[in-house]
Amino acid sequence: MQLYLPIADIPVNVLLVLAMGAAVGFVSGMFGVGGGFLMTPLLIFIGIAPAVAVASVTSHMAASSFSGALSYWRRRAIDPLLAFFLLCGGIAGTGLGVWFFVLMRSVGQLDLVIAVSYVVLLTAVGGLMVYEGIRAIRRTNRGEVALAGRSGNRNWLYALPFKVRFKRSKIYLSVLPVIAIGVLIGFIGAVMGVGGGFILVPMLIYLLRVPTSTVVGTSMVLTLVTMLIATVLHAATSHLVDAVLALILMIGGVAGAQFGARAGQRIRGEQLRLLLGLLVLAVGIRFAIELGIRPAELFTLRELGPA
Amino acid sequence: MARRPASLRALVAAALLALLVPFAAPARAERLIVSVSNARVTVTPNYSGGELVLFGAIEKDHPAFTETAKYDLVITVLGPRSSMVTRRKERKFGIWINTDSREFLMVPSYLAVFSNRPTDAIAPLEVRRRQQLGISHVLLTQRIGTDYADVVADDQFRKAFVRLLEDRKLYREDAAAVKFLTPTLFRTGIPLPAEVPIGSYDISIKLFAAGELLTETDTSFEIAKIGFEQFVATAARQHGIIYGLVTALMALATGWMASIVFRRD
Repeated sequence: MQLYLPIADIPVNVLLVLAMGAAVGFVSGMFGVGGGFLMTPLLIFIGIAPAVAVASVTSHMAASSFSGALSYWRRRAIDPLLAFFLLCGGIAGTGLGVWFFVLMRSVGQLDLVIAVSYVVLLTAVGGLMVYEGIRAIRRTNRGEVALAGRSGNRNWLYALPFKVRFKRSKIYLSVLPVIAIGVLIGFIGAVMGVGGGFILVPMLIYLLRVPTSTVVGTSMVLTLVTMLIATVLHAATSHLVDAVLALILMIGGVAGAQFGARAGQRIRGEQLRLLLGLLVLAVGIRFAIELGIRPAELFTLRELGPA
Repeated sequence: MARRPASLRALVAAALLALLVPFAAPARAERLIVSVSNARVTVTPNYSGGELVLFGAIEKDHPAFTETAKYDLVITVLGPRSSMVTRRKERKFGIWINTDSREFLMVPSYLAVFSNRPTDAIAPLEVRRRQQLGISHVLLTQRIGTDYADVVADDQFRKAFVRLLEDRKLYREDAAAVKFLTPTLFRTGIPLPAEVPIGSYDISIKLFAAGELLTETDTSFEIAKIGFEQFVATAARQHGIIYGLVTALMALATGWMASIVFRRD
């Protein structure tokens, strides 16, 4: 079933795009991440221009994170105050990221920046998650009770001023590291075309000691707002958001996410983290290989538009 | 004083005559009559490429006097123009990165050269250059630093540019695409790939005999989006912010509906 995409200007198989949306949605529902780091490369793979892919995926992620955030909100698993401070940083970071994106695109090194940041971030985060996951599984197999996340020692971040009591997360913490993390995630998200959930969730857990009960829901609020802003910004500046493509992805994605969330509840937490770590690591290694080997085609072509 | 206007008139008359003589000179005069099967191709939701057919006839003014010559035809189809940049990767610090680049200014986004036999057999090099016959002779303006020029045909950036567009079926050259149905009646197919650029296309048809250009004519066709595709594309370009807000709302509505549909409590 072919359908012509009005902005991407190519015909695609609707069922294929639906299936891709569902598959990525399944993964994102299972692990509580946006899945942009999988969706964007997949779209590029089926022939959609990278800029259109990045721009359209933003609205797809807004949809899936909104449906996720709603269900977390009902379960009171979102910390509104924490989300607010993350957003303050996130919006500033997104602006910085878009500026950097435009700058790198104009000097022709955007592909390199995207590839290098994928390699560095995905291998580092994936590697850490795999390492941590294997350790946790070993501990449980040895019969030890896994350390409760919150009993760990308070790090230096807790010594910073401007402390605020985050009631729902039950932490008393300075707003500075929260805003800084927001800036970083916003920046990374705008440059790499991802929501950043896969980096934000571990950062909140390991650095800020936010309890796992509120971390996924709160990170979804950040993804939702930054992706909504990114959609409007992309549409207003580059006119590259393909609403038809986005709608197909959304429908597949939100359906897949529901089944993914159910599947995720049947798997133990540490195994889940190990699986996500392996997935992130695999995508990172794939980008690394691509950078290192001699490409079959040394030349690339990009349209500058009719002007 | 009275003689000067007269001499001026004589001068003008001589000049006019001199201008007219070359046009009156050829003993043979051919005319081309061409028609495209579809002057307006519309891109609909199920569009996945297509083909146009160009028909034509060679009409002679004095059929009785002229013996039927061996005609050659070169048909060049030029799509809407846009600027593109070609970049070359090089190995630096162990990884492959873009180093050098060339900008191609207002070059055709679709270029097809069809003929009845190889263009180098149709006309000598000088004529091929002047008439821009074949992809290697079509002007592709590059910006190199502050200079604007087309470079030699075997420049590696130009070759890579043409190769990349050939891979996408946007540039093509076919020396057997023009078929003569009778000595004066011909046809050729114009294949349009799925990712065909939207806009107006010019077709230039040039008739040769014995390596010389006899006559030429032009026609055109248009590729347009209609209906919903057109509406979405126009909205995205002209009302970017509203389009973005509507898309964002659509995302929220889809997410909200999903959470209702799949709600388990």
